[in-house]
Amino acid sequence: MTLPGFPEAAPLPGLIGGVLIGLAAAVMLLGAGRIAGVSGIAARAFGLADSSMPRAGAWAFVIGLPLGAWVVTDQTGSSAPDFASPVLLVIAGLIVGIGTRLGSGCTSGHGVCGMSRLSQRSLVAVATFMVTGFATVAAMNALGIEVLG
Amino acid sequence: MMRDILVPLVSGTIFGAGLTIGGMTDPARVRGFLDLFGDWDPTLAFVMGGAVLVMALAWVIQRKMQRPAFAEGFSLPDRSDVTPRLVGGSALFGIGWGIAGLCPGPGFAALAIAPGSAAIFVAAMLAGMLAVRLMEGRG
Repeated sequence: MTLPGFPEAAPLPGLIGGVLIGLAAAVMLLGAGRIAGVSGIAARAFGLADSSMPRAGAWAFVIGLPLGAWVVTDQTGSSAPDFASPVLLVIAGLIVGIGTRLGSGCTSGHGVCGMSRLSQRSLVAVATFMVTGFATVAAMNALGIEVLG
Repeated sequence: MMRDILVPLVSGTIFGAGLTIGGMTDPARVRGFLDLFGDWDPTLAFVMGGAVLVMALAWVIQRKMQRPAFAEGFSLPDRSDVTPRLVGGSALFGIGWGIAGLCPGPGFAALAIAPGSAAIFVAAMLAGMLAVRLMEGRG
């Protein structure tokens, strides 16, 4: 299935992946009574945030992420995509780490869990990081900065 | 005790699978979505749409539940105040997301796809989180 006008888009895998992400967040909400926000749970796992979540549970969630990714790549046998250079990965990682702690969440907590309950804070957070994300890629393109090989 | 581990493990594993199938662990896919004024790739809109749709349903069910299935009670954020910290932090996050095409979930998931690159991103991200913790004097 392709999208008219966007030959490179993969709407069906996108939708399936999205439904799985929603199910994962639903398991966390209805099973454990918590938000499946990756930045917050990761910070809790590594002792970088105060939270009532049991630390062992935070670790279990964080370990599940690559486990699920491994199951998919093992089944599909797809090759690894390109990633940014180590220097850019360090810069991006630092900014993401600082930003998600100050902003109390990322694409999962604010994007998936917060937007779906129409949280005012999450709607503002998502609008903000979408705009700066668009602007960052546009600025880097304008400056001719190549990120991926 | 077992359920405190099992529920997050199941959630995290489904989450990681969904991120990978949806293309969130492919930086080119993510940056293609953020390239709104260039060669835009709308795939991630389908990822976000599917996830939000399922979660909207989960919130409807949640409101009818006295307590979660495997815990004593719900522990959910209840703030509604929009602060400069929220906006500034989110703005920063978007910049970092745009630079490398990775956010926290795909960063961890990619440890199973491109371990070297993902480990660098995750380590730097944790260092950033630690920096905030130290700045707040709660190191």
